[in-house]
Amino acid sequence: MKRFAAALLLALSFAGGASAVEPTERLSDPALESRARAISQGLRCLVCQNESIDESGADLAHDVRVLLRERIAAGDSDDKATAFIVSRYGDFVLLNPPVKPATYVLWFGPPALLVIAMGGLILGRRRRAAAQEVPLSADERQALARLMQESEQ
Amino acid sequence: MIVELGHFALILAFCVAVCQAIVPLLGAWRRHYGWMSVGRSAALVQFPLVAFAMAALMYAYIVSDFSVINVIQNSHTDKPLLYKITGVWGNHEGSMLLWVFMLALCGGAVALFSGNLPPALQARVLSVQGMIGVGFLAFILLTSNPFLRAVMPPENGNGLNPILQDPGLAFHPPFLYLGYVGFSVSFAFAVAALIDGRVDAAWARWVRPWALASWCALTVGIAMGSWWAYYTLGWGGWWFWDPVENASFMPWLAGTALIHSAIVVEKRDALKSWTILLAIITFSLSLVGTFLVRSGVLTSVHAFAVDPSRGMFILLLLVASIGGSLTLYAVRAPSLQSGGLFAPVSREGALVLNNLLLATGAATVLLGTLYPLFIDVIGGDKLTVGPPFFNKTFVPLMVPVLAAVAAGPLLAWKRGDLLGALQRLWLAFAAAILVAVAGLYLTSGGPVLAILGLGLAAWTALGALVEWAERIKLFRVKPGDSWKRAVHLPRAAHGMTLAHLGLAISVAGIAATAFEREQLSVVRIGDSIQLAEFTVTLDKVERQPGPNFVADDATVTVRRNGVIEAVMHPQRRFFELQQQTTTETAIRTSLLADLYIALGEPDQNGGWTIRAYWKPLISWIWFGALVMAFGGMVSLSDRRWRVGVAARARMNAKLQAAAGD
Repeated sequence: MKRFAAALLLALSFAGGASAVEPTERLSDPALESRARAISQGLRCLVCQNESIDESGADLAHDVRVLLRERIAAGDSDDKATAFIVSRYGDFVLLNPPVKPATYVLWFGPPALLVIAMGGLILGRRRRAAAQEVPLSADERQALARLMQESEQ
Repeated sequence: MIVELGHFALILAFCVAVCQAIVPLLGAWRRHYGWMSVGRSAALVQFPLVAFAMAALMYAYIVSDFSVINVIQNSHTDKPLLYKITGVWGNHEGSMLLWVFMLALCGGAVALFSGNLPPALQARVLSVQGMIGVGFLAFILLTSNPFLRAVMPPENGNGLNPILQDPGLAFHPPFLYLGYVGFSVSFAFAVAALIDGRVDAAWARWVRPWALASWCALTVGIAMGSWWAYYTLGWGGWWFWDPVENASFMPWLAGTALIHSAIVVEKRDALKSWTILLAIITFSLSLVGTFLVRSGVLTSVHAFAVDPSRGMFILLLLVASIGGSLTLYAVRAPSLQSGGLFAPVSREGALVLNNLLLATGAATVLLGTLYPLFIDVIGGDKLTVGPPFFNKTFVPLMVPVLAAVAAGPLLAWKRGDLLGALQRLWLAFAAAILVAVAGLYLTSGGPVLAILGLGLAAWTALGALVEWAERIKLFRVKPGDSWKRAVHLPRAAHGMTLAHLGLAISVAGIAATAFEREQLSVVRIGDSIQLAEFTVTLDKVERQPGPNFVADDATVTVRRNGVIEAVMHPQRRFFELQQQTTTETAIRTSLLADLYIALGEPDQNGGWTIRAYWKPLISWIWFGALVMAFGGMVSLSDRRWRVGVAARARMNAKLQAAAGD
C-alpha cells in the first residue's frame, strides 16, 4: 500500500479531485508565474505528507501559493520570498532541508559513507595483498622442491 | 462458520510454524534426519493452512459477511466483485495476512523445489522461515486479527476508499509483498549459512534464483504503484520520494546489489561475507519498510495502524530479527574463508563498484527517510526531507552506476582490460554523444541534466547491446552462426542484456520528464487551448452513472494542424457513499509521448478546469521496469538453475574423478 500517502491525502485534504495550481491563482506575468512555480515546488504543503504546495490541492497549499505569489508580485527576490514563507512556517516548510549543524549528518552522511566504504575496500585489499605475499618458509620450499621432483619423475 | 475455520487455520498455522522453527534446527544440530525432515513437512502443511485462512477472509468479502468487523470497515455490497476481492488486502489486517500468505508460499516453494539441498542446510533455511512465520502470525493473531466478529452487524459496510478501487492498485500489493517476503528466502539462506559456517559457489547458486525472483516481483510491484500514481493523481506525478515509496525502494536497491554480488560468490568464490550481509540487509529493509508503514511511526496519513501496541510488536520483531541476524553475522562472518583474488579493474571489481554505489544509495534513502523522525525524537526542530534532497544526493550516486553498467560486463574476470572494454564501447559512446547533441538541438538547449540523462541511457543501452553482439559475434561470423551462438548462449546472459536495456529505457523516460509541457486553463464548452503543437478542444461534459459512483464525463478532441489526433474522455467520479470525488484522467499513450488530460472543477460560468500535459517518453519508465523484470525472469529460466542440474554436474565430476583414480 505504497501509494497510500497520495491516496489518503487526496481523500482527506480535498474533495475536489486531484488539482494543484488553480487557473485563478496564477500571476498574469508568465516570468513571475514560472518563478513562483519553481519556488513552490520546494515548499511543503504542511497538512499533507511529503507533497509540495505546487502538487497539493489542500486549502492550506492554496493559501501558501497565493501568499507566495503576492510576495513575488510585490517584487521580492526568490530568496526573500522563500525566507518570508520560512519565517512564518519554519524550516519544516522546506522540502529541501537547509544545511546547518542539525542536518550535517543528513547532507554529508551519504558522501562520507561512500568515502569510508571506499577507504575500507582499499585498506582491506592492501591487508589481504600483504597477507598473500608471505614468502615461503625454508621447509615449504624444500617440500615444494620435493614435490616438483616427484612429479617430474 | 467459514470465518471461524479461517481463524482456526491461522492458529494451526502458528502452531505448525513454531514446530517448523524449532524441530529442524535441533535436528540439524543433533544430525537427526527425521527431525530435519520435519521442516519440509511443516512448510508444506503451513502453506495450505495460511492459504485457507486467506481464502476464508476472501469468502467473507465476496459474500459481504458484515458480521466480520474487517469486512464492515472495508467493503460494501455495491462494490464490484474485483474490488471486493482486492479489498481483502486494502487494509492493515488483510495486508498482514497477505504478507504471511506470501511467506508461507515461499516456505512451501523452498520445501518443494530444494530437494537437492543438503538436508542440514534445508532444515536450517526452513527453520529460519518458520521463525519469521511465528513472529508475524503472532502479530496477526494478537494485534491485528482480521477474523473478529462484530456484536451488532450493520446492514452494509463502509466501503473501500474509492482511490483504491483501481486495477493498478488492486494488484500492486501482492507483487510488492511477494518481492518483500521473497527476500526472506535469501535471508534464511544467509542465516543458515552463518550457522553452518560455510558459504560456497553451490550456496550462491541456490540462493540466487530466489533473490532474482523476489527482485522481479518487487520491480513489477514498484512499477505498478508508480504507474497508478501517474494515471490517478491528475497531474502525472509518478514518484514522490515519499517514506512509503522509499520503504519499497530500499529493499529494491539492496536486492539489486544482492543479485549482482551473488554472481561473484558463484563464479569466483569471493565477496562471500558481503553477500551474506547484503542478504540480511535486504530482508531487514523489507521489514523496516513494513514497520514504517504499519506502525504509524511516520507522522503520516499512511498510518492506518495507529495502535501503539502494534507498533511496539513490530519494533520487537524488527529488533529480534535484524539484531539477531546481525549478531550472528558479527560472530560467524570472520570465520568465512574469503576466496578468489581479483584486480580492481575486473568483472568482480565492476560488481563491487555496483554494490558500493547501490548500497550507498540505499543508505542515503534510509537516512533521508528516517532523519526527520530522528530529529523529532531527539527534540530538534521539525524537518522535512523532500524530493530536492534525494535528487541532490541519490541521483549523483546513480550516474556512475549507469556509466559502469555498460563497461562492467565487457571486463574479464580476475583482471580486466578497461581500455579494451572502452574501445569496444566506442559505438555506445558515439550514440550517447549523438543523443545528447540531438536532445540539445531538439529542445534548443534544454535542461542540461536531462540531456545528460538521455545520453547515459543511450550509453547504457548501446553498451548492453554491444556486449550481447560480441557474445554472439554478430557481423563477425555468418548470421547463421551468430544465431546458433545466440541460441546456445546461457539464458542468464540474455536476461542480463534485457535487464540492462530495461534500465536504460527507464532512465530515458525519467530524463525526458524534464521536457514535459503543461497547460492549465478554465475552458468553456466548445473552447480550445493550445498545448505544444496540439489544439485541445472541450466538446461537452455529460453526466454518466457508474456502479457505485456518478461521473462527469468530458469529451475532449485533440487536433494537430487541424487533423484529429485523439478524442479523449477525462472524468470526475463522485462516490456517494464516501462523499468523495476522484479524477479519472484520459491518457493517450504512444511510443514517443503521452497526451494526459485531467478534468478539474467546474466554475460558476459553465467553464471547466482542464489540465493538459504533453509528456515525452513517459511510458518508457514503466515499460523499462517491465523489461527489467522480464530480463530477470529470462535469467531465471536458465537451465543451470533447474533442480538437479548442479547436483548431477557434481555427481558426474565425482564419477569422473573416481574413474581417473
